[in-house]
Amino acid sequence: MATVIIPTPLRKFTNNTARLETKAINIGETVHELTLNFPDLKKHLLDEKGQIRSFINIFVGNDDIRNLQQENTTVKADTIISIIPAIAGGLSPENLSL
Amino acid sequence: MSLEEIHFSREELARYNRHIIIPEFGLESQKKLKAAKVLVVGSGGLGSPVLLYLAAAGVGTIGIVDFDVVDDSNLQRQVLFGVHEIGNPKVEAARRRLESLNPHVQLNLYNTHLNAQNALDIIKDYDVIADGTDNFPTRYLVNDASVLLNKPNVYASIFQFEGQVSVFNYVDKQGKLGPNYRDLYPTPPPPGLVPSCAEGGVLGVLPGIIGSLQALEVIKVITGVGETLSGRFYIFDAMNFESRTFNIQRRDDNPINGKNPTIKELIDYELFCGMRAVEEKPVKAITVKELYDWQVRGEKFQLIDVREPHEYDIVNIGAELIPLAGIIENEKNIRRDIPVVIHCKVGGRSAKAIKELEEKFGFDNLYNLKGGILAYIDEVQPELTKY
Repeated sequence: MATVIIPTPLRKFTNNTARLETKAINIGETVHELTLNFPDLKKHLLDEKGQIRSFINIFVGNDDIRNLQQENTTVKADTIISIIPAIAGGLSPENLSL
Repeated sequence: MSLEEIHFSREELARYNRHIIIPEFGLESQKKLKAAKVLVVGSGGLGSPVLLYLAAAGVGTIGIVDFDVVDDSNLQRQVLFGVHEIGNPKVEAARRRLESLNPHVQLNLYNTHLNAQNALDIIKDYDVIADGTDNFPTRYLVNDASVLLNKPNVYASIFQFEGQVSVFNYVDKQGKLGPNYRDLYPTPPPPGLVPSCAEGGVLGVLPGIIGSLQALEVIKVITGVGETLSGRFYIFDAMNFESRTFNIQRRDDNPINGKNPTIKELIDYELFCGMRAVEEKPVKAITVKELYDWQVRGEKFQLIDVREPHEYDIVNIGAELIPLAGIIENEKNIRRDIPVVIHCKVGGRSAKAIKELEEKFGFDNLYNLKGGILAYIDEVQPELTKY
């Protein structure tokens, strides 16, 4: 089964699980399965139209799915899928005054 | 300045000996470092190791941009500063530390916010930018300014146990331009969706590791030694001690330098990151002074804390604990007959809780505590623990 690596900021929605296994055959299915198993993940991964959010990058092996076949990118038994959200560091938005 | 014009004193040659004797590095790379001008944006967790190592390595001119003052909560990770600098501007404290480390370095200080009005003017005089900022608007600002001015931007970012490093907008030895931040992350997350380090925390040593990698890439960009991370995106997970390096590419739809660029000058980055919209529709709020007055007068109100239990254990002001994630299912426990004051650490999560409750259940008696428990401690109960 393919392995999905969950990044630190999203682990609180996966019962602190860092690695999950999936039988999905492509990325679209993988994401769908994740949001079914962990409903709180959904709004972090998908926008209102059900598209993968643009500040969430998904890599299959070493490559960005945007440079492969997007959601149709095939997943094999030994595939490592990495979800990498944008992170910015320390400051709370409400403390920001540019 | 051409490399022929770069000379070293005997002290400098002794100082940089361990660089100069590396065959792949040599005197020429050391000269490139001395001729280089690097702008470090942010002198906090990432900026600390970046500045220390770049100054120690002998980068000739270093600019430091930071508007902040040293706070005791910085010292867990911002190793540039000591206890004696608390309350002082970070750029001044940084200068004192870096001058004592290497007096041969020229330091330029910018005790200001980097913003769309001053960024191009500050950045234009530098060869390389090191982005160690702590918020999305400034990340996009630094990226766009670097792209508009054709400067390489060495990027690093951290959160909790996770670090990211890349080199953006870098022209390689074959003259090929690499991707930038907008190729990697076209748009930022809306406010509130991704917690910040102030809310989510960061392991103190992590910026030390990631900032050191950032300094390494700055040195490689300047000297041309080795292969930079341009076109690659490095991730470090300290929790599992795993690192991964991904391939990234330029995108045709990049709005600043794709096929049909729409961004030709710096934009309003707060608006772009959705922060202005948050201000336009504010939730009702009270100040800590008003809350204190209510408490003293014995007014009837409900006080709710939406932080996490471990934060509540560190310090609390006697509120009922309902963490943000569970606020909706606890709707029945929230009073409608008296005012309800909701607080968190600094006011972000509590505002989000109020918005959710107002939108979903039509509450109209909810008040956000401005500045959160930290403001309450500052102004009402300074004997309590700050974190």
